[in-house]
Amino acid sequence: MTLSTDTSSTERQPILSARSLGHAYGQRVVLQGLDFDVAAGEFLSIVGPSGVGKTTLLQCLTGLQAPTKGEVHFEGRKIGRTPPEGLAIVFQDYRSSLMPWLKVVDNVALPLKSAGVGKRERTEIAAKALAEVGLAGYERSYPWQLSGGMQQRVAIARALAFRPRAIIMDEPFASVDAQTRADLEDLVLRLKETHGITILLVTHDIDEAVYLADRILVLAGKPGRIADLIEVALPSPRDQISTKAEPEFATLRARAYTLIKQGGNVPAAARP
Amino acid sequence: MRGMLKRIGWELWLPIVVIVAWWVLSSGSQSFYFPPLSKIFQSFHQDWLFAHVPTDLWPSLRRLLAGFFIGTALGIVIGLILGVVRPLEVAVTPITEFFRAMPSAAILPIMVLLFGLGVEMKVAIIAFVTFFPVLLNTIDGVRALDPLLGDVAKGYRIRFMDRMLYMYLPAASPQLFAGARVAVSMSVIAMTVSEMVGTPGGMGYFVLDAQRGYAIPSMWSGIIALGILGYVLNKLFLLIENRVLSWHRGMTALQG
Repeated sequence: MTLSTDTSSTERQPILSARSLGHAYGQRVVLQGLDFDVAAGEFLSIVGPSGVGKTTLLQCLTGLQAPTKGEVHFEGRKIGRTPPEGLAIVFQDYRSSLMPWLKVVDNVALPLKSAGVGKRERTEIAAKALAEVGLAGYERSYPWQLSGGMQQRVAIARALAFRPRAIIMDEPFASVDAQTRADLEDLVLRLKETHGITILLVTHDIDEAVYLADRILVLAGKPGRIADLIEVALPSPRDQISTKAEPEFATLRARAYTLIKQGGNVPAAARP
Repeated sequence: MRGMLKRIGWELWLPIVVIVAWWVLSSGSQSFYFPPLSKIFQSFHQDWLFAHVPTDLWPSLRRLLAGFFIGTALGIVIGLILGVVRPLEVAVTPITEFFRAMPSAAILPIMVLLFGLGVEMKVAIIAFVTFFPVLLNTIDGVRALDPLLGDVAKGYRIRFMDRMLYMYLPAASPQLFAGARVAVSMSVIAMTVSEMVGTPGGMGYFVLDAQRGYAIPSMWSGIIALGILGYVLNKLFLLIENRVLSWHRGMTALQG
């Protein structure tokens, strides 16, 4: 196999792919017929109104839950009921996803301990990851001594220390204030650039989805389907002020917004 | 510092008043069963400083600690398992509820049959009464865990033992400690009762023996010593609890 010089995101080897993915809770179908690929190194935003099945999709993509229909492959292997090696998850609720009885450094290092990494090495890796998210010096603090934004940084450091090829984030910035949110967005973009990690970010915030992503997957309707996969042709690196001032930003934002609005309102008979 | 002194003073004044009142009211007592407090203090001095410490207090304490640790350890391990495996927990709940409600004195005869009249029987009874409050509270603690914690464990491929030791056990520990605190008081009761039957030795035996020999001041001094033992053990336990659960206290204080 020759190395591809093509850099367009869709033609690279997919790291994650969903094939006719669907999920139902009993009789209630939440997701239906989802087909998409995520290229290695890509940033994919998954956006949709609340209740469209974003969290269910994320659970199926991570292997926390097995889909009732279709398949998900990560690095060519089918994901079953357990999250695959090489994938890390950042949860929305940092308060419950971090362990309040463990110091920050031990929170980050626990998955490494389970992976059999020695104490000195895992402490080093954890300290490095914490420094990378701007939390050097907070290793010996407890999570609850930190602000919400800092706690989510700890959660990101934990994902980073796990040395994943892909990180899946579930509305990670939903419960922090606007300024913190912007800082965290830029942090995630920077980590993606420096480590080449593939990132899937679930959000209900369209601005956030557009600002961060290489591509946006718009989820809409009941049951939730892919309303569109939008290529984001905004220049990199992104900048909170100039990127959001681009005419393209406004266009993309309007497009996603319209799709979501329509998706929820299309009568059942009009659906394909 | 001043605040602490004030608090200690505030805590101490009533016990002091009670002791002084007892002292004054009993000073001229001719009653055989209620001797003057001064006489009780005298025997307390003779008995517990420190003549009977190696023969009665120390054996009692050893049984108590042995029984408490066995009961607590079993309660935690089985509680964790039952808390994680829900169907099992549902199945055993009627049994655990039944045994928890059973008074420790009622199981004494069967324990004597099973373990004889020696130390084993006493430790077994103490372990038995310790086991249930710890077990039930551990189960409750594990059941009340945030389901997200399970997702974290799964998502980060945390191994079973690490999950138990670093996630489920600490998460359940505030409730576990509440159960163990109840168990401390219950184990002192069980120790006293178990020592009143079977082989000689121990503080429970001392009290009963003094009563039988009409050594009433000694009987009283034994009762007071048992009270002090229970009090000190409770305080020690609180000290340990505060240390182990410092994260929990810090967190709840912040979230107010």
